[in-house]
Amino acid sequence: MTKLGQWLCGFALLGSAWAALALAPPGLQLPTPFRQALLPLPVYLLVTFGCYSLATVGYRLATFNDCEEAAAELQEQISAARADLSRRGLRF
Amino acid sequence: MAANSADKFSVLLPTYNERENLPLVVWLLVRIFQESGNNFEIIIIDDGSPDGTQDVAKQLEKIYGPDKILLRPRPRKLGLGTAYIHGMKHATGNFIVIMDADLSHHPKFIPEFIRKQKEGNFDIVSGTRYKGNGGVYGWDLKRKLISRGANFITQVLLRPGASDLTGSFRLYRKEVLQKLMEKCVSKGYVFQMEMIVRARQLGYTIGEVPISFVDRVYGESKLGGNEIVSFLKGLLTLFATT
Repeated sequence: MTKLGQWLCGFALLGSAWAALALAPPGLQLPTPFRQALLPLPVYLLVTFGCYSLATVGYRLATFNDCEEAAAELQEQISAARADLSRRGLRF
Repeated sequence: MAANSADKFSVLLPTYNERENLPLVVWLLVRIFQESGNNFEIIIIDDGSPDGTQDVAKQLEKIYGPDKILLRPRPRKLGLGTAYIHGMKHATGNFIVIMDADLSHHPKFIPEFIRKQKEGNFDIVSGTRYKGNGGVYGWDLKRKLISRGANFITQVLLRPGASDLTGSFRLYRKEVLQKLMEKCVSKGYVFQMEMIVRARQLGYTIGEVPISFVDRVYGESKLGGNEIVSFLKGLLTLFATT
């Protein structure tokens, strides 16, 4: 199954479970507090996911390593390389 | 470091206008491989560069020998995927290293890739900028944000099991790369992503090694709106088809 397929299946399952419980006809309803919590649940989950995303990307952005030493080392090696290659006859 | 004398590493270097950087990256590669004692060859696939890259490549072939430097040019820009296929046809190694020729990828990580591959008997070892002490140099905040943001979306949608999907510094078993090239259809960044996704589908194992990515192309915006749009299109295509 493709990833899209998995997501659609997941949404269909959760969606139908939510709809069955939250939008049930009067005879089969859960007690009021449960229904009150269940109805806005999808929106709550979306907002939670949004916050999680922002926090995760923000954290990863802040901890993104800056390779100062790598850049400096590379500069030195470039000089050494140019010198050695000239010695071996390379015309740049 | 003890080297398995049966292993040979073919480094594929697709180039376009890399006259300045090609000698430097080849010098570093030769030094690294000589120090580590591994058997190697460097295959330069130049797509008809107008800046004299091929002249420089010919000089390198003279200096290091045609058994170590293989020139396999093409008449014009034909794309990265086909460059790999073309290069692999001439590769005599049992492992293939793919990397950028502009010094953003440093050959010093190749022995670490090799070590990691042996450690876990991995089919693929991928360099990652996002884990361990991997990182970048020369990126401003905006570029880093786009990178992390895009990677996050990719992780959520594809759950690929690798931290850096758009990276192109990798070690592959030759037969694994050949198999993947048959199956991959995308272009650009998405092509590198598709390789990892297909590899997972086919049950190949992937190891990771933190690498540093040194971007020396200051001031030149390599990431415009167009690239972002085509990245998202490609990502959604992978999401819907794999």
